[in-house]
Amino acid sequence: MSPLLASVGAETETAFTMPSINYYAIAPILILFGAAVVSVLVEAFVPQRGRRPVQLVIVVGSIVAALAVTIDLRGTRLVTGEGAIAVDGPTLLMWGALLVIGLLGALLMAERSIDPLGDAFAPRASALPGSEDEQEFTRRGFLQTEVWPFLLFALTGMLVFVASNDLLVMFVALEVMSLPLYLLAGMARRRRLLSQEAALKYFLLGAFSSAFFLYGAAMLYGFSGSVSLVAISDTLSAKTGEGSLVAIGIALLMVGLLFKVAAVPFHQWTPDVYQGAPTPVTGFMAATVKIAAFGALLRVLYVSLGGLRWDWEPMLWIIAALTMLVGSVVAITQTDIKRMLAYSSIAQAGFILVGVVAASPQGLASALFYLVAYAFTTIGTFAVITMVRDASGEATHLSKWAGLGKKSPVVAAVFSLFMLSLAGIPLTSGFVGKFGVFAAAIDSGNTWLVIVGVVASVIAAFFYVRVIVLMYFSDPTPDTASVVIPSAFTTIALTASAVMTIALGVFPQWLLDIITQAGVFIR
Amino acid sequence: MNPSSYVVLSALLFSIGAIGVLVRRNAIVVFMSVELMLNAANLAFVSFARMNGNLDGQVVAFFVMVVAAAEVVVGLAIIVTIFRTRRSASIDEPNLLKY
Repeated sequence: MSPLLASVGAETETAFTMPSINYYAIAPILILFGAAVVSVLVEAFVPQRGRRPVQLVIVVGSIVAALAVTIDLRGTRLVTGEGAIAVDGPTLLMWGALLVIGLLGALLMAERSIDPLGDAFAPRASALPGSEDEQEFTRRGFLQTEVWPFLLFALTGMLVFVASNDLLVMFVALEVMSLPLYLLAGMARRRRLLSQEAALKYFLLGAFSSAFFLYGAAMLYGFSGSVSLVAISDTLSAKTGEGSLVAIGIALLMVGLLFKVAAVPFHQWTPDVYQGAPTPVTGFMAATVKIAAFGALLRVLYVSLGGLRWDWEPMLWIIAALTMLVGSVVAITQTDIKRMLAYSSIAQAGFILVGVVAASPQGLASALFYLVAYAFTTIGTFAVITMVRDASGEATHLSKWAGLGKKSPVVAAVFSLFMLSLAGIPLTSGFVGKFGVFAAAIDSGNTWLVIVGVVASVIAAFFYVRVIVLMYFSDPTPDTASVVIPSAFTTIALTASAVMTIALGVFPQWLLDIITQAGVFIR
Repeated sequence: MNPSSYVVLSALLFSIGAIGVLVRRNAIVVFMSVELMLNAANLAFVSFARMNGNLDGQVVAFFVMVVAAAEVVVGLAIIVTIFRTRRSASIDEPNLLKY
């Protein structure tokens, strides 16, 4: 009998022991997951007309409850579920950020008074674009309320993704997070061909990248005999040889994670998906996926591969530099504002990577601050884009934004604030974030990377400021879009993100204190 | 038979899948190639489980099968929607989003 079968035989004789799980520590995940399941049942049993209010109550209630538990868990630092889930300072911080941003995203998705036809989603995603069925569904005021379970499942996946302490949980969470987002991307009410195309591209490329992630995990498992991040790290420091398995494993794993953060050269999906997806979904996805993916990337690099720092750092230096430069330069040539912001998000991913490759507690803290600041600014930016419209829907072409400052001064001022924050101008959150990552990089000796980063920031400032100039220093044309007054949903989300953008720029200390207390990843 | 042969086989299958994704033009075939990559990873996991003498890899393979099934549901839904709109499953035709 082979040793493997012998060991299996021995195990079946012993009694089954329950895994030890601290249910309270993972309560935010359980609440959201339970709410998502209930939300699916609502789709099955509640009549069409009553679904929207019920779903809204479930979504907002569960996110607020999960947030309350997350706040109550502060200071927790433990590994539970037989080492599968790590609930530590950075996890809780990212949970908090994901839940708040998720709530703002839910508010944007709930908005119904901007578009005269209804919310941002197709009345029936299955109806052919432009068909009589579709017009009939629109006329009857049908709503695709399945977007709410999708939102909750995606958010659950993100919470697990940033807390996962082994590669199997991380892979499952990656898929739970991504699959609902692929579908949400394809559900826009207007410009449905673009939306469906975005969903197809997002899905095929996303599945491709997660296959890379999985194969990388298989290689690391082959090397260390475990999928646990800590065990992989221990094996790496104990065992020499079989270097090719480790190198291939790390490289493939990084492809999967860097795809999700939209780093060059794995960024090709970003502009298409950001442009084609319904704008509230773009805002939600741009902000939360960035947090979740960077959370997982940081944990893998710090917990599992910290001992191999010298091997992966040069690779990430090059990727960070390329990401900043390509994102900034290509954004200049864009004429569609959603597409421009997609390239801007690629450039921002590069700036965050500068903090990640610093590979120090300071680098971790600066990356976390940057992520939170970026997420609030981003969701606010896309909230404004949902409101700027013309007869055919959202006016995303930049030429239609000319003179908006004279037509709608308040909205233009808020949008300028977000642009200045993304450009990293002092007194906005973006400045504090950029300062943090560059300071961390200089402390760890990556001065050349900071120089590249500053050059990229200058290039990026050009296209951010160009939008402001376009809004204020040109006269409104007949083509200029007008701003639709939204209901309380969008107003709350927009106000919250604008307040946070200023608050984190003028008084960043409270968040910096929270991040300092959060400390580093548990091992 | 030496289990490391199966690792080599899985690497071959993974490469065939990756090349399939890059060169094929039909969305269904591209998607099949992605599934081939996932199954190649499964084969690697199971072979390594044998080589390492523990069961973790086999457990992972079961999880991956479930995830792959969920991915099929979502993927085919998206591909069928595109097919009904455009009467074609070619991934070259949806080309409205570019530059």
